[in-house]
Amino acid sequence: MDPVVQVQGLVNRFGTQVVHDGLDMQVMPDEVFGIVGGSGTGKSVLLRTILGLQRPQAGVVRIDGHDITQMTEAQLRIVKSHYGVSFQAGALYSGLTVKENIQLPMLEYLKLSERALDDLALLKICLVGLSPQAAGKYPSELSGGMVKRVALARALALDPSLLFLDEPTSGLDPIGAAAFDDLVLYLQRELKLTIVMITHDLDSIFRTCNRVGVIVDGRMISDTLEGIVDNPNPWIQEYFHGERARARVEALQHGA
Amino acid sequence: MAAEVRRSAEGLELTLTGEWGVREFDTLEAQLAAVDVQSAHLVRVDAQPLTRLDLAGAWALHRFIARARAAGAEVSFQGAAPEQLRLLDETLKEAEKGVEAGPPPPPPAPPHGRVMHLLIDLGVHALHVGGNLKQGLAFLGKASVTALFSAAHPKHLRPTSIARHVYDTGITALPIVSLIAFLISAIIAYMSARQLRGLGADIYVADLVTIGVLRELGVLLTSIIVAGRSGSAFAAELGSMKLNQEVDALIATGVDPFEVLVVPRIIGLTIALPLLTVVADLVGLTGGGVLCHFLLDMPFSQYIGRVNDAISDTTFWVGIIKAPVFALIIAAAGCYRGLQVRSSARELGRLVTVAVVQAIFFVILADALFAVLFMEMDI
Repeated sequence: MDPVVQVQGLVNRFGTQVVHDGLDMQVMPDEVFGIVGGSGTGKSVLLRTILGLQRPQAGVVRIDGHDITQMTEAQLRIVKSHYGVSFQAGALYSGLTVKENIQLPMLEYLKLSERALDDLALLKICLVGLSPQAAGKYPSELSGGMVKRVALARALALDPSLLFLDEPTSGLDPIGAAAFDDLVLYLQRELKLTIVMITHDLDSIFRTCNRVGVIVDGRMISDTLEGIVDNPNPWIQEYFHGERARARVEALQHGA
Repeated sequence: MAAEVRRSAEGLELTLTGEWGVREFDTLEAQLAAVDVQSAHLVRVDAQPLTRLDLAGAWALHRFIARARAAGAEVSFQGAAPEQLRLLDETLKEAEKGVEAGPPPPPPAPPHGRVMHLLIDLGVHALHVGGNLKQGLAFLGKASVTALFSAAHPKHLRPTSIARHVYDTGITALPIVSLIAFLISAIIAYMSARQLRGLGADIYVADLVTIGVLRELGVLLTSIIVAGRSGSAFAAELGSMKLNQEVDALIATGVDPFEVLVVPRIIGLTIALPLLTVVADLVGLTGGGVLCHFLLDMPFSQYIGRVNDAISDTTFWVGIIKAPVFALIIAAAGCYRGLQVRSSARELGRLVTVAVVQAIFFVILADALFAVLFMEMDI
């Protein structure tokens, strides 16, 4: 099977500060891949590079086998219609209602009748567990959890098979975060999605991810969830075996 | 062809092929809508040849099946029904539960006649305007009280912040203000020279430029430029701080946003605008002089002599006294509208526009009032 997302030898530099120094990463189909790393290790920069929001100094980024670093804007636009992104703070368009937010990608890429647009948007709203009444609301009227769900619905607007989530559970209470994780898992299973997510939330990693990539010193160490917790790297040890993580690792090992 | 339809004795047989995705949604809908289900008792769907069925495709199929069932047909699948349909049914069921649990919709408003409608609109509008006025007054009151308090307790005056605003609104505006003052006074000199030459009175061009620039145009044009530059900047800055919850953060920290955001801007602009006006006056007089020299062959010494004669004790002060008042208007409009931003980027744009338009409007209104005042005072 070919990887859905493949990053090879990625180098990102800002002035003298090296963020990525030969980073490799591979995401296989139907996988939930978690990207982990301390603050400032370049998780968001990595995501921005994969999304084509910024070009790297060196390296190859392939999505479905196509190298996006060499693409023109027009080619990139087609690739962009094949994945969905949900940004950390939601990034909902504040001047549009929930429904209009979800319809925006459809209007941009598809030719659909008014009725079809409404139907499909409502369907997406229901799919992420919101009530249809939310359709007419503006982002400023939504709670934090609802914003995340609408962002997810917008990411799913074009029925992509690849989804990027930037800290999907940050800012949610543990119960809300768990519910959101369950939703992501449910959608992953039902829609056969490949998901790449940046997260800090240990609960979220243990609940949803199949494989985890940790950015350490500008490179990525990736392994299965079971494998990564045994990795000898000191930062990874600290991350997965610190005070906060121990109980979960034990649960994982007992369960396995 | 994404769906092949065969009619048999007892009904329809539908074979779905190819990709059924959101990109093909419109064609699918059209094709399925063209299938006549009225006469069919049995509808048999074969979804196995499909290469791809996403949620939108499933929705199209779901709609078709619902239509067939409503027409009284029995729908069955060749083999298992596609999983996506089950997901769809689950989702819709959940959504229906949500609708039942939600609050009942508000009762519709009783119908009114046309006259009543007009009256209601008028009333609502009046209340709105009244509320706006009250809010504006409250803002001015709060800003004045805070400014007075800060003046009495210099520790609260934030000199760094004031200096920054003097720099941002004053120093950086020097090039554009100078350029405009130069051009406008040159234009006035040119226009009046053409008229006065016919009367043999072109020596009075210098008088016209002097009085026009010093009394009115210097300060008015500077204010309008500054309203466009800094009034909009104030509104946009405070507005995006509002959207970012930075203002809330200030209040939560126990810092008065009026003290750190509004008053320094008002004081800064009140310092900067009179200084800018002085520069505009100077450059304007120079512009008139340059034009007189090159167009009317009036030597600079003669121009300066005419200007000296034209300036009375009050000419300069009548202009400059207006500058702080205009500065207050511009800064207050910008800060007030900026702080009104509540929820969206669109609102930010609207309120920045309102801030600039109102600043310019009130500046011109104030200028008119000053004109009446000075006329009554005979200066």
